[in-house]
Amino acid sequence: MMTPPAVPALLAVDWWALGAVIALSAGALLLLLLELLPGRGSANRAAAVTVITLVAAAASVLRVREARRAIFGGMFVHDGFTVFFTLLFCAIGLVSVLISWDYVKRLRLPGAEYYTLLLCAVLGMVVMAASNDLITVFLGLELMSLALYVMVGFRRSQLESNEAALKYFLLGAFASGFLLYGIALLYGATGSTNLRTIAQFLSDSPLAGSALLIVGALLVLVGFGFKVAAVPFHMWTPDAYEGAPTSVTAFMSAGAKAAGFAALLRVAASALPGIDVDWRPILTGVAILTMTVGNVTALLQTNVKRMLAYSSIAHAGYVLVAVAAGGTEGNSAALFYLAAYSFMNLGAFGILALLGRGQEERVLLADLAGLGFRQPLLGLAMTVFMISLGGIPPTAGFMGKVYVFGAALQAGLLPLVVVGVLNSVISVFYYLRVTVAMYMTEEPAAGPVEVSWAAPSTLALLATLAITLWWGIQAQALLVAAQESVRGLL
Amino acid sequence: MGDVSEFPWLSWLVFFPLLSAVLIVLLPATAERAIRRWAIAVVFAEVLFSLPLWWRLESANPGWQFEEKLRWLPALGASYHLGADGISALLVLLTTILTAVAVLSASRAVEKRAREFYAVILALETGMIGTFLCLDLLLFYVFWEAMLIPMYVLIGVWGGPRRIYAAIKFFLYTMAGSVLMLVGILWLYFLQKAVSGTPTFELDAFYALPIPAGAQTWLFLAFALAFAIKVPMFPFHTWLPDAHVEAPTAGSVILAAILLKMGTYGFVRFAIPLFPVASAALGPWIAALAIVGIVYGALVAMVQPDLKKLVAYSSVSHLGFCMLGLYAMNPAGFAGAMLTMLNHGVSTGALFLLVGVIYERRHTRMIADFGGLWKPLPVYAAIFLVVMLSSIGLPGTNGFVGEFLVLVGAFRARPVWAVFAATGVILSACYMLWMFQRVMFGPVTHPENEKLPDLTLRERLVFAPLLVLIVWMGVAPQPFLDRMQPALDRALAIAEQRLAMHSGGPAAAAISAAPAAAAPGAPTPAPGAGAATVADGSTTERTP
Repeated sequence: MMTPPAVPALLAVDWWALGAVIALSAGALLLLLLELLPGRGSANRAAAVTVITLVAAAASVLRVREARRAIFGGMFVHDGFTVFFTLLFCAIGLVSVLISWDYVKRLRLPGAEYYTLLLCAVLGMVVMAASNDLITVFLGLELMSLALYVMVGFRRSQLESNEAALKYFLLGAFASGFLLYGIALLYGATGSTNLRTIAQFLSDSPLAGSALLIVGALLVLVGFGFKVAAVPFHMWTPDAYEGAPTSVTAFMSAGAKAAGFAALLRVAASALPGIDVDWRPILTGVAILTMTVGNVTALLQTNVKRMLAYSSIAHAGYVLVAVAAGGTEGNSAALFYLAAYSFMNLGAFGILALLGRGQEERVLLADLAGLGFRQPLLGLAMTVFMISLGGIPPTAGFMGKVYVFGAALQAGLLPLVVVGVLNSVISVFYYLRVTVAMYMTEEPAAGPVEVSWAAPSTLALLATLAITLWWGIQAQALLVAAQESVRGLL
Repeated sequence: MGDVSEFPWLSWLVFFPLLSAVLIVLLPATAERAIRRWAIAVVFAEVLFSLPLWWRLESANPGWQFEEKLRWLPALGASYHLGADGISALLVLLTTILTAVAVLSASRAVEKRAREFYAVILALETGMIGTFLCLDLLLFYVFWEAMLIPMYVLIGVWGGPRRIYAAIKFFLYTMAGSVLMLVGILWLYFLQKAVSGTPTFELDAFYALPIPAGAQTWLFLAFALAFAIKVPMFPFHTWLPDAHVEAPTAGSVILAAILLKMGTYGFVRFAIPLFPVASAALGPWIAALAIVGIVYGALVAMVQPDLKKLVAYSSVSHLGFCMLGLYAMNPAGFAGAMLTMLNHGVSTGALFLLVGVIYERRHTRMIADFGGLWKPLPVYAAIFLVVMLSSIGLPGTNGFVGEFLVLVGAFRARPVWAVFAATGVILSACYMLWMFQRVMFGPVTHPENEKLPDLTLRERLVFAPLLVLIVWMGVAPQPFLDRMQPALDRALAIAEQRLAMHSGGPAAAAISAAPAAAAPGAPTPAPGAGAATVADGSTTERTP
C-alpha cells in the first residue's frame, strides 16, 4: 500500500478560493513594474491592465461556486457572501476605472500609481468581505483605507485635496484605533479573534453580556461606523468627498461604504448574534440619526458633490436599517441595497466627473443650469440616478428601499420604517433640485458648462444607467443572489 | 388567467404610449411637424386601442376581465398582473380620450421643446393607464409613484412663472402621502404571508385576507392619506391650485381629468374594500371633510379673480361630491361617485381647455380682463355655456346624473349630509354663472378683446368629443351605469363580507343600515328616470 505523499502545508492552501486576491495583488504589482518600461500613454496602458485584472479577479471568484471553504486556518472564507461582494467590488472597480480613464489624464494625475492604489483598495475590500477573523478584517480595512487616503489627496497642487486627505487620514486613523481597541477587548473577553469561535463562545458562556465584551463590540462597530460614514462618525465625509478627485469620490462612496458594510454584516451576523440585544437598539438609533442628519444637511448644499456626500451618509442610514433588522431578510436587503446604491451613486459622481474642461471642477448646482436639454443623454442619466437615489420607481433605488423597509417591518421595527420613508421624502427635495437646475433653469448667458465626453466615461454612464433601470424593473436575479449570499453568514 | 396565445392587449394599451415616446425622443428635435403628427397619431391610435374596453367588456361580469398575469419577482411574490373591470375600463377610456384631446389642443400652445413635451405626455399616459389596470399592489405602487415624474416635468418645464415651486410642491405632497401607503402595503404583505404562508402582492389575496380591526384603522389611514392628497380632499388640497395654475393647459387637463381620479379610484378599489371596518368607523369623518370640501371649494372658487384658479377650486368642490358618494357606502352613492368622476373629467377637462384657448389669445386669465366675449367669440361662448352648465349639473347634461345620485346616496346614508351637500350644487351655480356673466355678457370692456378670432377648426374638433360626451352621459347614462354597476357592487359586497367577518361591532351596524334603508319599495325621489331605476335595480340585484 502506498500512502499518498504528505502535501507540504503551503501547497494545501486552496488556491482557487484565493483567486481574486491573487489576481488583484498580481495586477497591482504588475502595474508598478510596467511603469518602468518607457512609453507614452502609460495612463491608458495602466487603465487597461487594471480592467483586465478586475475581470480576471471576478472570473476567478465565479469559478469556485461550491459551498463555504475556509482557508488559512479559518481566517479567510470563501462563501456566497464573499462571492457576492467580490463581484460587487470588481464591478465598482471597473466602473471607477472607466470613469477615471479620461479624468486622470485630464487632471494630469500619475496614472500607474492611481490604478495601483485602486487595485490595492479593491484588494482590501475583498479581504474585508472574505475575512472570518477580526485580524483579517483589520488587515483588509487598513489596506483599503491607506490606499484611499493617498487617492483622496491625489490632486497634490490643490489645497482642498490635501485638506481632504489629511482629515480623512487623521479621522480614519482614529477609527482604526477604535477598531483595534475593540478587537483587543473582544479578544480579552472571549479568548479568540475568530468570528465563529467568538460566536461559539458567546452561545456557550455565561459571560455573554459582560461589560468588557459589550464595550469591545461597540468599539468595533464604531470603527465600521467611521468607514461607512454613519452619524455621528461622519464628520470627515463631506470634506473628503468634496476635496477628493471626483473619480476617487465615486469609487470610495460606493466601494468603501460597501466594504465597511460587508465587514459589519460579517462581524455582526457571524460573531455577535449572541449579544444582539445589546447592539441592535444602538444600530437602530444610529440608523435614525444617520438618515435624518444626512438628508437634512444635504438640503442646505449648493455644491452637488458635497450634497451627494451628505446623501451618501443618508444612504448608509438606509443600509443600517437593514442591518438593524438582521436575519436572512435584513442581511440580504442590505446586500441588495448596497448593490443598487453602488451603481446609482457611481453614475451620479461619474457625471460630475465629466463636467468642466481641463482641470476645472464645475459641480455647483448653478453649473448644471440648462444642461438637461443641451446634453440629453447626460440629463436623462442624471435624472434617473437622482430619482433612484430618492427611491422612486421604476429604479433600483426604489426596489432597494422596498426590500430594506420590508425587512425592517418584518423584524418589527415599524418606527424605524416610518422614519425611513419620511426621510426619503425629504431627500427627494434635494434630488429634485438637480433636475430643476438641469431642466427648469435657463442656461447662463455664457452657455452651459462644457462636458468632457470620452468613450470610457460614456460606457460607464450607459452601464450604470442600464443597471439602475434594470434592477428597478426586474430585480429577481439580484434578489435571489442577495438571499443566497447571506445563507452562510448566520 | 390570460390565455397564452391571446394578444397581451392590456399591456399593449399600457406600454404603447411609452414605446412611442421613446421613438419620439429618437427623432431630431427640428422635425417638429413630424413629431406633432406622430404624437397626435399615437394618442388617437391609443383611443382606438382602448375602445374595445367599451364594447368587449362583459357588463354582467363583476370580476376582472382581459386578465394578464406573468411572473415578475417570484422571490418576493410580486407578479405582473393586469386586469380591468367596469370601474377601471371606464377610467381608462376617460384617460385615453382626454389625453388625446389634451395633445390635440397643445399643438399651438407648446412652442419650446415640443419633442420632449410630447414624449413626457405619452410617458404620463402609460403611467396613468398602468395605475388603473394593476391588480398587484407592488406593481400598482410602481405605476402610482412613477407617474409623478412626468407630471412633475410637465409642470416644471412648460409651466407658468411659479412653475418650479408648484412642481416641487406637487411632487413632495403626493409622495409624502404615498410612502406611508407603501408601508401599509408591506404591512399587509407580511400579514398575508404570515396567514397563508405564500408571499404575494395580489389584490385578490388581500381581499380575502382577514385584517384585525385595530390594524385596519392605521392601515386605512396610511392608504387614505395617499388617496386623499391625490383627490385632493380638504384640507390636503393646497397643492392643487398651485399645480393647476402653473401647469400648461394640457397638463391641467390631464391633472384634473385623470390624476385626481386616481385618488377616488384608490378609495373604491383599495381603501374601502380592504379596510371596511375602519372605513365604516371613520366614514362619517371623511364624509364631513368631503362636505367641507364641497362648500369650501365652491366658496373659494367664487372669489377667484383668475379663471384657472376658479376651475381648480371647483375641482375641490366636485371631488368632494365623489368622496361623499363613496362614503355614503350604498349603491346609489357609489354609482354617483363613479359617474361624477367621469363627468368631472369631461367637464373640468373641457373648462381647462376653454381657459387655455382664451389664454393663448390674450395671455391673461384674469376675469377682469374680459367681458362681452360673446360678441367676438360666439362659438367659443356657446361651447363654454354648455360645458359650464354641465359643470353646474343642469339636468340634461352629464353633471346632473352624477350629482343627483350622490345626493340620493348621501340622503339614504344620513339625510343631513345631503342637505349640506346640496348647498354645494347651488354654490356651484353661483360661481359659474357669475363668472360666465362677467366674462361673456355685457359690452366689450377691453378694446383688445374686440378683434379676437373665434375657434379654429382644430379647436372645434378638440371640443366636439367632449360635447358629445356631455350630452350623451346626460341624456342616456344607462350604458355607463350598466358597465360600472357590477364592479361597484362587487366592491361594496367585498366590503360588506369583510365587515361581516368582524360582525358584532358597532361599525357593522353603521354600514349595513344604509343598504337596508334603500330596500326596494322604499319611497324614492323620482326625477331622472334612468338614475332612479339604476339605484333601485342595483340594490335588488345585489341582495343575495
